[in-house]
Amino acid sequence: MLDVDDLRVYYRTLRGDVQALDGVSFSVADKEIMGLVGESGSGKTTLGKSLIRLDGRMRHVGGTVTLDGAELPIGDDARMSGFRFTDVSIVPQYAMSAMNPTRRIGTMVKELVTARGIRFADVRPELDRRLALVGLDRDVLDRYPIELSGGMKQRMVMVISTLLNPKLLIADEVTSALDVSTQRAVALALAGFRDHDLVHAMIVITHDVSLVYQIADTILVMYAGKLAEKAPTDVIVERPLHPYTRALIAALPEVGVQYGGKRLTGIPGGPPALRPAPAGCRFRDRCPLAFDRCAEQPPFVEVEPGHSVACWRAS
Amino acid sequence: MLRLDGVSKTYRVGALARREVRAVRDVSFELRPGEVVSLIGESGSGKSTIGRMILRLTRATSGTITFDGTDLTTLRRGSLKEYYRAAQGVFQDPFSTFNPVFKADRVLTMIRQAYFPATGDVEWRGRVDDALSAVSLNPDLVLDKYPHQLSGGQLQRLLIARALLLDIRLLVADEVISMLDASTRIDVLNLLADLKERGLAVLFITHDLSLGNYLADRTVILRRGSVVECGTTSAVFGDPVHPYTRTLLASVPRLGVRWSDEDLDPGPCRYHALHPGGGPPLAEVGDDHLVACFAGNDERECV
Amino acid sequence: MSTQPGATPDLDTGTATVLGGRRREALHFALRNRKLLGGGAVVLVFLLAAVVGPWFSSGDPLEYVGPPGAGPSGEYWFGTTTFGQDVLAQFLHGLRATFFVGAVAALIAGVLGMVIGFTAGYRGGWVDEVLTMITNVVLVLPVLAVLMIIAAYLQVRNVEVQAVIIGLFSWPWVARAVRAQTFSLRAREFVDLARLSGAPVRRIVFREIAPNMASYLFMVFILLFGGSVLFAATLDFIGLGPTDGISLGLMLNHAKQWSAMNLGMWWWFVPPGLGITAIVGSLYIMNVGLDEVFNPKLRET
Repeated sequence: MLDVDDLRVYYRTLRGDVQALDGVSFSVADKEIMGLVGESGSGKTTLGKSLIRLDGRMRHVGGTVTLDGAELPIGDDARMSGFRFTDVSIVPQYAMSAMNPTRRIGTMVKELVTARGIRFADVRPELDRRLALVGLDRDVLDRYPIELSGGMKQRMVMVISTLLNPKLLIADEVTSALDVSTQRAVALALAGFRDHDLVHAMIVITHDVSLVYQIADTILVMYAGKLAEKAPTDVIVERPLHPYTRALIAALPEVGVQYGGKRLTGIPGGPPALRPAPAGCRFRDRCPLAFDRCAEQPPFVEVEPGHSVACWRAS
Repeated sequence: MLRLDGVSKTYRVGALARREVRAVRDVSFELRPGEVVSLIGESGSGKSTIGRMILRLTRATSGTITFDGTDLTTLRRGSLKEYYRAAQGVFQDPFSTFNPVFKADRVLTMIRQAYFPATGDVEWRGRVDDALSAVSLNPDLVLDKYPHQLSGGQLQRLLIARALLLDIRLLVADEVISMLDASTRIDVLNLLADLKERGLAVLFITHDLSLGNYLADRTVILRRGSVVECGTTSAVFGDPVHPYTRTLLASVPRLGVRWSDEDLDPGPCRYHALHPGGGPPLAEVGDDHLVACFAGNDERECV
Repeated sequence: MSTQPGATPDLDTGTATVLGGRRREALHFALRNRKLLGGGAVVLVFLLAAVVGPWFSSGDPLEYVGPPGAGPSGEYWFGTTTFGQDVLAQFLHGLRATFFVGAVAALIAGVLGMVIGFTAGYRGGWVDEVLTMITNVVLVLPVLAVLMIIAAYLQVRNVEVQAVIIGLFSWPWVARAVRAQTFSLRAREFVDLARLSGAPVRRIVFREIAPNMASYLFMVFILLFGGSVLFAATLDFIGLGPTDGISLGLMLNHAKQWSAMNLGMWWWFVPPGLGITAIVGSLYIMNVGLDEVFNPKLRET
């Protein structure tokens, strides 16, 4: 299982650090699919990247990440590379650009596994089996990336990323660029990896609550670099406690809802600047329930089994 | 007010091959004053091309588009400018709709230069303030700023405010909220709803069924350039007939309803039940509810 | 949408709005850009020397005025040539010719290239095909050979003729680049918005598309300027330069012809060589600075 404890990752900029990920603690159990939901600037992508590869501007300031008892050296790029693919793997948002356009897909996979010291022939049967699992034909291996549609590429990258059975798979907005019908196939393929026990745990990062509702066991809501709420999927959707989670769900138009019947409301204002982050609860300025105590940062505490929330009003 | 009649658009691609791609095929629908029509389609459905043809940014290959009875292809410089006084567009990516080297409020100044050169500074400032307050923007926060200093939601609203400076009666909104966050996109949707109450006709182009459904009086479902189903939103969403519409609706992730493997079998082709020997592109299966042949424009027989 | 807090727009930049007015604002940043100021200062010094210098030096720079082959001294600061001509006077007159050729040639090539590039890129269709064909024909002409032929036929060549000829042959790459950029910018949504605002084509090209290439167009002019200076020097050096007058290239040509290098008369060839290098180099540095000034994103990080 994955344990993240008080993780802090800042972005370096010329005008000071952006506190993009500020004291984040949570765990993902074996066989759990955790949906990580947040808007632009919430730190959800930063969190996803932190678990596998910090980019040049990111700095690991504090906290630990433990995967199945072993601590991941997330601040050390060279040592981290030993964990990538085998322990932690990612399906990036733009799978299209993750593939070399001049190589046949099969050649690319071969080079990738050979680089990890594994013979291609050994994984080939498993590769074929997994292609079938996500609904791709074996002959995609003989094709070039450009010959595949967006959804096919996305699924191909999923197969490649999970080929070595990583303990943790991070899927970063994998469906947001896809059409509705393809989106469903890709999301179900993701869930299929867990169901066939090919990955231990999975974090599905998205801005779309209704998408993770379909496949996730738990949902973690982030706001402005902090955790807001984590609970089993049904609890988050039916009984959210954090005012932000409530507002986020209330702002979702559903099929069958028209503005005449039920006028939805957005959340006034915008997220705070994180350079540096304001003191106290970061949602305070937009929160309808804010009161004096919100000047102090509420802790992220468990209010009932499996349901944690960072709000003074909830605990 | 706006009427599309058998509109098609064919692109020629390839320098030597001159292959033809039919982006839009024989599309007809109508938009009445104060009405919101959702044009829903996936990528490659031709939905944006239709929007561009209505705004005359692209010409139709065949068919006619009329606005208040005037064929858009007959518009020349002066009359085209007058058309834009009544019909405006807002596009998907707010960051590329603004010229990055200029301040964002230049989109408003351009309207003044073209349409209100005689208006005085004070009066103009008043109009701008009115338009901005109609889209709930604070002038102090958005005027005199560069596009990259504003958020996507602010920029989209600024573009709608720009359209409101003119006496528009038609707004083509092409994926205007797909790049916005959930908490702000609903505000833009509500804003469009308010404009509709003021008598504005809106063509709401989107790939997202839940968003299309929230606003629209009528819905047009596009697939590979042709209309597969259209009618009142309640009919299309409540009783989807075409297999494509059904697949789309079954694939939309909804809160509270998990995807199921329910049987989507649409039964025999409803179009050919009504027109066994062929006929108009769409068959009327209900009151203001039309559907195309179940085989669509694929080269096969429907079952 | 991807989410990087570092990439979210900043709302707290107050500096840009103080001055008001885009031109004044660009000036505000231009005056704080070291590359632009440094490069500009060097070019300006040479330009001043070219404009003012010749008035102070004696009449004809080709006149034999001093002792032959003398090194720099109090009387002749840059020394004299084998024939006793004042190197400083030649240098100052040569600078003037160099700036003239550079400016006129760059102006002709820039205007031609932009007009053809904008027209081809914005209009597209058959207009584009015809213009592209012409551009390609001129582009593949062996310019040096053509110039040699022209130079051979023109009995009297002066700096003006040289500038016009260089200008008429330097525009194709400008046209191609401008066309390609216009092509991609034309498809951007802000161009659509300008069309929806009832703006005429001329306005869209010059007020919407061109400003997005402003730094690029500056670069084009600067590169054309530098290129023309170098090209003129090359022509002069191989003996196809002006038949009357003096230029930095001609000085090098003379120095080579009379074996200044072998005789150790460094003062004869170093000033023109250094002058050309300093002018072209400074122009390039200015260009980098201008890019920072005109791109609001570059200037804020």
